[in-house]
Amino acid sequence: MSVVAENPILARRTSTFGRLSDYFWLNPKLFLLMLLAPPLPWLGIIYLGSLFALLLQSFFSIDEFSGLINYEFTLDTYRQLLIPANFDIILRTVIMAALVTLASALIAFPIAYYAARYARGKWKALFYLAVMLPLWSSYLVKVYAWKLILAKEGILNWGFAKLHLTWLLDAWLALPVVGGNSLSISYTGTFIVFVYVWMPFMILPIQAALERVPVNLIEASADLGGNPGQTFRHVLFPLALPGIIAGSIFTFSLTLGDYIIPQIIGSSRLFIGQAVYAQQGTAGNIPLAAAFTVVPIVIMGFYLWMAKKRGAFDAL
Amino acid sequence: MTAVLFENVSRHFGAVRAVDSVNLAIAEGEFFAMLGPSGSGKTTCLRLMAGFEQPTGGHIEIFGETAEGVPPYRRNVNTVFQDYALFPHLSILENVAYGLMVRGIAKAERLKAAENALAMVKLPGYGSRRPGQLSGGQRQRVALARALVNRPRVLLLDEPLGALDLKLREQMQEELKALQKSLGITFVFVTHDQGEALSMADRIAVFNEGRVQQLGTPEDVYKRPQTRFVADFVGSSNVLAPSFVHSLGYPARYASLRPEALALGEGGSNARRFSGTVVATSFLGATNRLTVEAAGTRIAAMLPASAAVPPQGTGVTLSFAAEDLHLMDEAA
Repeated sequence: MSVVAENPILARRTSTFGRLSDYFWLNPKLFLLMLLAPPLPWLGIIYLGSLFALLLQSFFSIDEFSGLINYEFTLDTYRQLLIPANFDIILRTVIMAALVTLASALIAFPIAYYAARYARGKWKALFYLAVMLPLWSSYLVKVYAWKLILAKEGILNWGFAKLHLTWLLDAWLALPVVGGNSLSISYTGTFIVFVYVWMPFMILPIQAALERVPVNLIEASADLGGNPGQTFRHVLFPLALPGIIAGSIFTFSLTLGDYIIPQIIGSSRLFIGQAVYAQQGTAGNIPLAAAFTVVPIVIMGFYLWMAKKRGAFDAL
Repeated sequence: MTAVLFENVSRHFGAVRAVDSVNLAIAEGEFFAMLGPSGSGKTTCLRLMAGFEQPTGGHIEIFGETAEGVPPYRRNVNTVFQDYALFPHLSILENVAYGLMVRGIAKAERLKAAENALAMVKLPGYGSRRPGQLSGGQRQRVALARALVNRPRVLLLDEPLGALDLKLREQMQEELKALQKSLGITFVFVTHDQGEALSMADRIAVFNEGRVQQLGTPEDVYKRPQTRFVADFVGSSNVLAPSFVHSLGYPARYASLRPEALALGEGGSNARRFSGTVVATSFLGATNRLTVEAAGTRIAAMLPASAAVPPQGTGVTLSFAAEDLHLMDEAA
């Protein structure tokens, strides 16, 4: 007899565990419930719950004399955000985040395009390694490394000097706002390090989006008379847009919330993250810290809403 | 006038000769089919015409103008892609109007032209939908409208019916043929389906291993195959070995014999005949297919369904008219 004939037509279930498998197979909804039971409380209570607690805090205010929190609903804390000193922090952070996002997208796109369209085999592996490697080392180490690179005695200055381009660097540093005593204590330095640190988060989603664009759509555009510029504008870019948006969510929100980079590299002027850190720590003004935290959330929500309205996710 | 001219055109990818010294002259207004198995070079030839590939050797002319070095977007040639390649982020109307849009035609004008093109392929009013909301057959029509709206001098079709089911395919074959006649545009059609090529094309080039095996009318290719490959690939011809052909009273060359040319029995006075044993029979609806083994060769015969089918294992005599056997150029 063949092996097949020895197998029973309807195999008996063998163990309690097997019986459980059968039961779940026949009741997929129950299975889903079991699957989600452990992570849902985590997400619901610890994650979203703490967020709502934070939101709630922002509607309280602090008593300026006693330093105690006044548990009465008020919009005073939000009004405080609008005083020049605080509003400058918000504006500074949002502009920095927007510039970092824009620069990241511009630098990431060609790299992602190469990886998605041309890199094969070991070159692709090398690409992933090159993009991910910086993520494996400590964030603080990288930021301090950049402080040394950008310092007046650093390698960048040395390089500019050797290329006889010190005048260029000096001219840049003499500019208002973006300039400063040296790159490591200027907005330019903060910007460079932000772009460096968040770059992988921009490259990978764009690469994933480009990878999903069939080659024959590019060919179809050319076939219909679209020159490379038109093909990019009307086909490649719109189809990569969900990836660019996904990447920009990372770079934008990470920049909005970061408090370490601007503290180590940059002028002493505060960013939102530093303001939150200062308010909830030394100042003990939890409501104001909470209100500051709400700002990035609102900005991101608005940003996504705009993106959706402009049809950025139509190709998904 | 010659629409597309290939002079000794080659396209080699390293050691792989995808297209090897191909000569073609496609006439204006012709419905030209390139037929062959996958990897035979037919699609690469189409891509050379579209401009997606550049030849590694030889010379290509489109309406008398040298095509080498001209990118696809500067060729008045349009393609209907195998899987349609519709832009997923654009509506059907925007898809069809795309070619006019990149050429800078005003919005109102191009949308009107796209509307008309959709009506021509029997999809009026579908403009606001997205490609994802359409069936395969409808997408195929949209791809056709998107190409034709540009009034191309040559329309290239890359297995456009391959993804459709049989019934729809037959219907689209007729529609394509009618459309080509009414528009007078040169159609170049790539297919691996010999039935499609035979029924639609004015002329067929049969491809194998990067070369054109035979170029001729459907009747030529079907009835007078020049090589064993053509005889085998186009239809289900019996390819007879030189020794067997010799035993039937012909010169010792390879020959093809269509299954439907064979009849049971001795036949008339000038018929040729041979005897064999029935090894298999199958019912095909309108006909019965009989496989007979004679002198070690398996020969298929198509018999009308009305004729009695001799059972497996019986000895039979098969006959055919002497002129139905086609001697091929290939010697032994």
